[in-house]
Amino acid sequence: MESFPRAATAVVGAATFGIGEMPGMDSIDLAAQAAILALRDAGLRPTDVDGLFVGLPDDAMSSLSLAEYLGIHPAITDNNRVGGSSFQTLAIMAALALDKGICNVALIAYGSNQRSATGKLVSASKPFAYEAPYRPISPVSSYALAASRHMHEFGTTRRQFAEVAVAARLWAQLNPEAFARADLTIDEVLGARMVSDPLGVHDCCLVTDGAAAVVMVRSERARQMPRKPVYLLGGAANTTHRWISCMPELTVSATVECAARAYRQAGITVADVDVVELYDAFTINTIMMLEDLGFCAKGEGGRFVEGGAIAPGGRLAVNTNGGGLSCVHPGMYGLFTIVESVVQLRGAADRRQVPGAEVAVAHGNGGVLSSQAVLVFGSESTR
Amino acid sequence: MSSASPGQQYRAFLAQGRFMIQRNPRTLRYVFYPRIADPGSGEPLEWIEASGEGLVYATTVVHPRPPASSYNVALIELREGPRMMSRVDGVAPHEVSIGMRVRARIVAEGGSPLVVFAPNTGGA
Repeated sequence: MESFPRAATAVVGAATFGIGEMPGMDSIDLAAQAAILALRDAGLRPTDVDGLFVGLPDDAMSSLSLAEYLGIHPAITDNNRVGGSSFQTLAIMAALALDKGICNVALIAYGSNQRSATGKLVSASKPFAYEAPYRPISPVSSYALAASRHMHEFGTTRRQFAEVAVAARLWAQLNPEAFARADLTIDEVLGARMVSDPLGVHDCCLVTDGAAAVVMVRSERARQMPRKPVYLLGGAANTTHRWISCMPELTVSATVECAARAYRQAGITVADVDVVELYDAFTINTIMMLEDLGFCAKGEGGRFVEGGAIAPGGRLAVNTNGGGLSCVHPGMYGLFTIVESVVQLRGAADRRQVPGAEVAVAHGNGGVLSSQAVLVFGSESTR
Repeated sequence: MSSASPGQQYRAFLAQGRFMIQRNPRTLRYVFYPRIADPGSGEPLEWIEASGEGLVYATTVVHPRPPASSYNVALIELREGPRMMSRVDGVAPHEVSIGMRVRARIVAEGGSPLVVFAPNTGGA
C-alpha cells in the first residue's frame, strides 16, 4: 500500500509574477522575482530555503542556476523535466523530502520569457524521428489527433470545445492578472483561424511570459506562519508515453490512474472537490481531464461543459484564474494551477472566489497527454 | 548490418523498398517504432515485412499560415496492431476520415524514404 504524508506539509507562500509580457527580462529573472515574492508572502527570505525545485524553459540545470542567483546552498535540488506537470511532481518530491527532514523550507519556482523572447511555445525536446517527417505542428497537432478521436468515439463537437474556451475567458474577466480578457463568444471561437483541425486559434493556450513560485514547510511550522496554510493531502503521477503515436488510447489519459490514487491518499472522493485547476493547454484537455479526474463518465465531457457549466456561476468551478487558455501559459503551466488552488483555499480570490472552497485539485499535464499528475490540497478543516 | 541501430536498420530496409516492422517471436506481438528490445518484456525482436494495410485511427488537417497549403497528418493503425504517425495521400486532406482503409507506400522525401498511405480501394 502506497503511503503519502497526508497533510504533513503545507504551502505557506505563493506568488505569480510577470504574467503577460515582460520584455527584456530573462526567464531566470522572472523565476527569481516570483520566488522572492512567494518567500516574502511566507515571511521568509532566500537564505531560509534548503530545498530548491525549479523549471526554466532553456536550462537543464536550472535548480543550480537559481540557487546561485538567489545566493543559497540547498541540501536538495531537482529540475525534473516531465513537461507542464513538472511542478506537480516536484511538489510530491518536496513533500517527501520535507516529511523525511531532508529539507525544512522547500521552494518551487518557474519562470519563462517565451513570448517576449520567441513569440511561440518553446520546446525542450528534440523532434521525434518517427513523427517529424510528417510535419505535425508541435504540440497542437498531437492534441488535435486526440480531439479527432474524442469526436469520433463520443460525438464531442467543436461547439463543446468552444464552450471550454468561453468559460475560461469568463473566469479570466474576473481576474485582473489574466492576459486575455476581451469578450469572446462561441461563434468567434468557431470562426477563428484553424490551426490543426479541429483546433482553432482559440482552442489553443496563450503564449505568454510569466513566473510562479510556492513555498512549502512541514505542517506544524506552517501553523505559526503569517498566511493560512494550504495542506497537501495527496499527490500522484503517472506516465503512459512520450509521443502521441505511442499513446495507448487517445481518449484516456494516465490521469484516470493517478487521480484515483491521489484521492485515496487524501481520503476524499470527487464529490468533495470544490475547485478544479486543470491543465488546459487546449480545449480538448479540459473535456478529457474532467472525465479522467472523475467529474463525469468517459465520453460525457463535451456534454458536461455545455451551457456554461464550468463558467462562473456554473455547476463546477474549473480554472478560476482563466487557465492556460485565457490567463497565462509561458510553456509549462502546471505551477499556476497550484498557485490558484492556494489562492482559492485561502479565500483570497476576490471576485472569482469560490465560496467556502475547502478542497482543490491542481492537475498537471506534460508532453502530449503523456505525463499526468494530480495534487489534492485542503484547508484547515480537511486535516 | 548487425551493429546498426534499430532505426538505421529500419531506414535501410525502406531504402530497399521494404516496410519492415518488429515482432516478439515468442508472443507474436508487433512493435513500432523500431527498438532494441520488446517494450514490457525486454525480450529480443525480429524483423517482419508489414502487410502495409491499415486503418486511419485519428486525423488532423494542419493549416500553416498562407500561402502554404494545408496538409493531412494521421495516426494509422497497422493491421499487425501498432500505430504510427503518417499521412494519407491521394485524397483531399479534410476527406481523410477515421476508419478509412489505407495501404502503405514508400516515397522519397527530403532525400530519405518515408512511409505514407493512400486509400485502399480494395482488390488484392
